[in-house]
Amino acid sequence: MNNVFVYIETEGTQVAEVSQELLTKGRKLADQLGVELHAVVAGTGIKGKVEDQILPYGVDKLFAFDGEGLFPYTSAPHTDILVNLFKEEQPQICLMGATVIGRDLGPRVSSSLTSGLTADCTQLEIGDFDDIKTKKHYDNLLYQIRPAFGGNIVATIVNPEHRPQMATVRSGVMQKAVYEGKAKNEVVYPEVSKYVSPEAYVVKVLDHHVEAAKHNLKGSPIVVAGGYGMGSKEGFDMLFELAKVLHGEVGASRAAVDAGFCDTDRQIGQTGVTVHPKVYIACGISGQIQHIAGMQDSKIIISVNSDPDAPINKIADYVIVGTVEEVVPKLIKYYKQNSK
Amino acid sequence: MTKALKIVVLAKQVPDTRNVGKDAMTPEGTVNRAALPAIFNPEDLNALEQALRLKEQNPGSTVGVLTMGPPRAGEIIRQGLFRGSDTGWLLTDRLFAGADTLATSYALATAIKKIGDVDIVIGGRQAIDGDTAQVGPQVAQKLGLNQVTYAEEILKIENDIATIRRHIDGGVETVEVPLPCVITVNGSAAPCRPCNAKLVMKYKYAMCPLEVDANSECGKRNAELSKTRPYLTLNQWSVADVDGDPNQCGLSGSPTKVKTVQNIVFQAKESKTLSASDADVEGLVKELLDEKIIG
Repeated sequence: MNNVFVYIETEGTQVAEVSQELLTKGRKLADQLGVELHAVVAGTGIKGKVEDQILPYGVDKLFAFDGEGLFPYTSAPHTDILVNLFKEEQPQICLMGATVIGRDLGPRVSSSLTSGLTADCTQLEIGDFDDIKTKKHYDNLLYQIRPAFGGNIVATIVNPEHRPQMATVRSGVMQKAVYEGKAKNEVVYPEVSKYVSPEAYVVKVLDHHVEAAKHNLKGSPIVVAGGYGMGSKEGFDMLFELAKVLHGEVGASRAAVDAGFCDTDRQIGQTGVTVHPKVYIACGISGQIQHIAGMQDSKIIISVNSDPDAPINKIADYVIVGTVEEVVPKLIKYYKQNSK
Repeated sequence: MTKALKIVVLAKQVPDTRNVGKDAMTPEGTVNRAALPAIFNPEDLNALEQALRLKEQNPGSTVGVLTMGPPRAGEIIRQGLFRGSDTGWLLTDRLFAGADTLATSYALATAIKKIGDVDIVIGGRQAIDGDTAQVGPQVAQKLGLNQVTYAEEILKIENDIATIRRHIDGGVETVEVPLPCVITVNGSAAPCRPCNAKLVMKYKYAMCPLEVDANSECGKRNAELSKTRPYLTLNQWSVADVDGDPNQCGLSGSPTKVKTVQNIVFQAKESKTLSASDADVEGLVKELLDEKIIG
């Protein structure tokens, strides 16, 4: 009872990295609250294949549901599992990835249990809350901290009365680390039919096609990112060239993705990927807060912008005032001339 | 075999947070709503397009736009009518105010029950002011319907089964779902058709009762024309009209509470400003190479 739960997402028998990142965060929260960290995973043919990818992150107890029809993911069976398991286990916190699956499942579960859910949190902390209206005091609530209003403000959300307190977090926002302490590492394999009604399997997946990521933007030490100021899809070509010579990856701001200059999977920011590279070269990016939220932890930030007052320049280590058409080819040229 | 479908499109009027200018925030750090135009939530337009295509493919079908908001959100219903929807409903009541996603989905679900016999509820994946993507699945749960989120295209509807292609992380998926169901549409789906000039002429003065300002030119036209053209009076529902439980609506129906809201201030760094000259750019590249930061 009252433990911290993490929903583990899988593709076949491969555990999603975001789930491991959340286990590391969940472990810290559990330690702070003096409770256990539990994990729940559901799939087909996962027994014996996923435990080693889950337990090392400090899991005290893993509920592994293995059965036909649990992979590929569909909403209803996974909802039934979480709702019925949570009715038995009464967790105080449930975390899941802000992925396509987590954002399909989380709201369905929260609605079933009438508990609050906060999407895309960038920080999770434990703290107290005084409700001004009811004059009630609450100890040890989960602070669910997220940018709101297109990233222009940051809000701290709490769920005082309802359990579990549910939150989703995007991939890359938390950092995973194998747990150094001692966890119980218990594994149970509950009978799926006790949790999922036969009618839940009504949605049929005819075709499920997932390609390995074409790039490693999240883990790349050098990121060359373009904004709306790149002007066009063709404008991005020079960023791909710069990224290639620097052995980096190309990212983009939301404005550039919305304008069709670059694929959605390269979007950096609150609604995209969070990156922590050694070097971040922002080209033609003005620096809306929702973008900065996804790259502010970069070690060195270089901004190339014709506007010397672009907001991103405030957090940049180097600001090159000039057009991208002028500066980017020069960066390529002088890197080639001076390296080796 | 085609079947006449009753389709409800969920749509939201949102501040245009995508084009936030320097004046979007007040010096005090609050949102300057006046500087942000109110627009039709972009992915809800993608959803409307899918609905209008289904209507064309399945003769006899109807499309209605359901929205919740202040009286001015009646604009969302008009925008739907201009593009080919048949009707619309505005949920407006002070009791709906302050709703989080759960209270919003409760209100929408009660309205959909009131509309009755709906085959497809379809909306955008998420709204750009909150980016939560929660309302669609929560409406589905409250209605006890199956859901398909992140849809890109409704490929066909046959024998009360919809075949839908959806976007998933790193790929695509095709699923079959029995009707009735709730579908949320991704921004990568087909864009919405533009307004139709004839329909704009027809519905220009359509208004919800609370929108009508008797002193404005539009309000006068609406009052005059709606006497003979009842379709110019748009449906407007309060909590009582949809038999809603006030305790589950608005702020009181919201399990999540906002503890604090802060303006974001990033730690400014001591930055070095360079020009685009050859000397400056080469100097920077050399410095980064020397310090083994790149290369």
